[in-house]
Amino acid sequence: MNDIIEIQGITKRYSKLTALSQVTLSVPQGSVFGLIGPDGAGKTTLYQILTTLLNPDEGTATVAGLDVVKDFRRLRTVIGYMPEKFSLYPDLTVSENLQFFASLFGVGVNENFDLIAPIFGQLEKFPGRMAGALSGGMKQKLALSCALIHRPSVLLLDEPTTGVDAVSRSEFWDMLAQLKEKGITILVSTSYMDEAERCDRIALINKGKILDVDTPQELIKGLDKNLYNASASDMYPLLEALRRLPGVDDCYTFGATLHVATRDGFNPAEAILDLRRQGLADARIYPAKGNIEDLFIKLAKNDG
Amino acid sequence: MNVTTLKILLRKEVLLIRRNPIIPRLIVAMPILVMLIIPLVATLDVKNVGVAVVDNDRTMLSRRIITDMDASEYLSVAGCFFSYDEAFRLVERGEADAIVTIPKDYLNDLANGEKPDIDLKANGVNATKGTLGAQYATMSIAGTLSRWQAEQGISLALPQASTVNLYNPTLNFRNYMIPALMVVLLIIICGFLPALNLVSEKESGTIEAMNVTPVGRLEFVLSKLIPYWVAGILVVTVGILIGWLVYGLVPEGSIASIYLAAILFSLVMSGLGVFISNKSATILQSIFMMFAFIVVFQLMGGLFTPIASMPQWAQYITYAIPPRYFIEIMRAVYLKGATMADLWPQYAALTGFALLFCLVASLTYKKRT
Repeated sequence: MNDIIEIQGITKRYSKLTALSQVTLSVPQGSVFGLIGPDGAGKTTLYQILTTLLNPDEGTATVAGLDVVKDFRRLRTVIGYMPEKFSLYPDLTVSENLQFFASLFGVGVNENFDLIAPIFGQLEKFPGRMAGALSGGMKQKLALSCALIHRPSVLLLDEPTTGVDAVSRSEFWDMLAQLKEKGITILVSTSYMDEAERCDRIALINKGKILDVDTPQELIKGLDKNLYNASASDMYPLLEALRRLPGVDDCYTFGATLHVATRDGFNPAEAILDLRRQGLADARIYPAKGNIEDLFIKLAKNDG
Repeated sequence: MNVTTLKILLRKEVLLIRRNPIIPRLIVAMPILVMLIIPLVATLDVKNVGVAVVDNDRTMLSRRIITDMDASEYLSVAGCFFSYDEAFRLVERGEADAIVTIPKDYLNDLANGEKPDIDLKANGVNATKGTLGAQYATMSIAGTLSRWQAEQGISLALPQASTVNLYNPTLNFRNYMIPALMVVLLIIICGFLPALNLVSEKESGTIEAMNVTPVGRLEFVLSKLIPYWVAGILVVTVGILIGWLVYGLVPEGSIASIYLAAILFSLVMSGLGVFISNKSATILQSIFMMFAFIVVFQLMGGLFTPIASMPQWAQYITYAIPPRYFIEIMRAVYLKGATMADLWPQYAALTGFALLFCLVASLTYKKRT
């Protein structure tokens, strides 16, 4: 499979802060590629470099064979970008916004309407409503429609689901799957780890460095080993007690329970006895199913 | 430059300006308010200055001087006294701002070929009113004396009125202000409204979506400026019409030279506006920067205080203040009927500033960082 985005040793510094350090990454054509990392990891900086808004200090990057520095003008016509912040004109109506962005790229709205029809469908009920008066989920659908109206070959989405409710988020990922069917490559960033599992490949990024790149399945393989859930009625003392136990590498909250990452030779039964001796009468420890979040915590910890 | 893109952007700008709750009203209401209200309230024009007269001569001539002063619409004789102290009390009570003392044997001395002086004292607290009152009184007395001489058929060496105000004989402050006030309108409409508009795109994040489209920066900036240039020219037209219909003031010189100056000055202000917006990330920052410029432009551009009465070093600074040239052109064209040939240094200066500011604006405008 061809790589449609190729990033080679990109470094970007903001005075003293290094936002990206030697980032090398390739995104295969026609895939949904996730960029997973916490706030401040450098995701937005990477997007700004790929969308030609920012020049890298070192390294090169190409999107659809076009260099982000030299071919920036042509590159802008083949990408669709949805920034993290809502960036449509709030005082233009739904249809005016769509019309405006279509005409800037020199296409008619109807030309590529098939592409956005599933997304725009829900907005067609109120074409005359001001974009600023839309709900969060609807704004996001309009922004995605505007980013797609010129049929880009690469769609760059910077934290598209931040601040969107769980149902809309799931719908949004269904839409991305449909776009992928139509041959559009999607690079999507998120800080929601559960969304990572819906990507074909993911890159884990933290503090400006890529920690690992693989399919979600491959990445979490082997994580289940030595990973346990722990719970008790007094969670905080439990967390502190577990962190002091021998054989425990890390312990962190995970939803309603704690996840305990351990070394080989850790015996859960002994650990329970130990905890009960410390007064945590209802402490339980049982095997856990690892996911991307566990991996991320593990990698970030190794990285210091 | 891509004309199609520019048209698309302009259509969007006009739509957004029309939808804005404040801007269209501001463009219509501001020139009307500025042109109708400011000339009336910010006036240094003085009428009916109270004059206390000390008449020590008490002749036919001295009485005539007093009645002539009272007949003028600029002066009103508040009282006629026999001693200076009595007249001074009137000034202290605020009923008069100038004291005219006609000396004893004034008529007699004049007839004998001497040069008796009429003493004029002005109230320095209300300096403008007092000084102007004294000037009006001097002119009135000079008029009376020359008429009196003509009637008597004699020609004596008379004390002449010292002040003659050319072009604006009564120092009508409105005639002085109206042409210059258009500078205020252009500063705001062509300089600061487009700057605010540009910064608001930054603040709302829409600029990011624009920057990843193939829209060039020239088209983008022009789409922001052109609507305000049109508004600026309309506003100047409204200003000229108000000056004519309301104040009866028509330019002595050509309208074309006024429009040329307005267009050049709009370019200067637009360049400055774009520069300010390039340098500010938020609307608040840009407003503070603009405010600094507005204060300097209005106070040092010669709008309210004549540049000639500033200290020498300040006069040098005013050469760097573009509104100065626009105000000079407007006043010269309106009151003196000056032509473009007379005013070429001012036009050249405005052109220079327009080029400089537009260059700085385009150099500091960055689509990429």
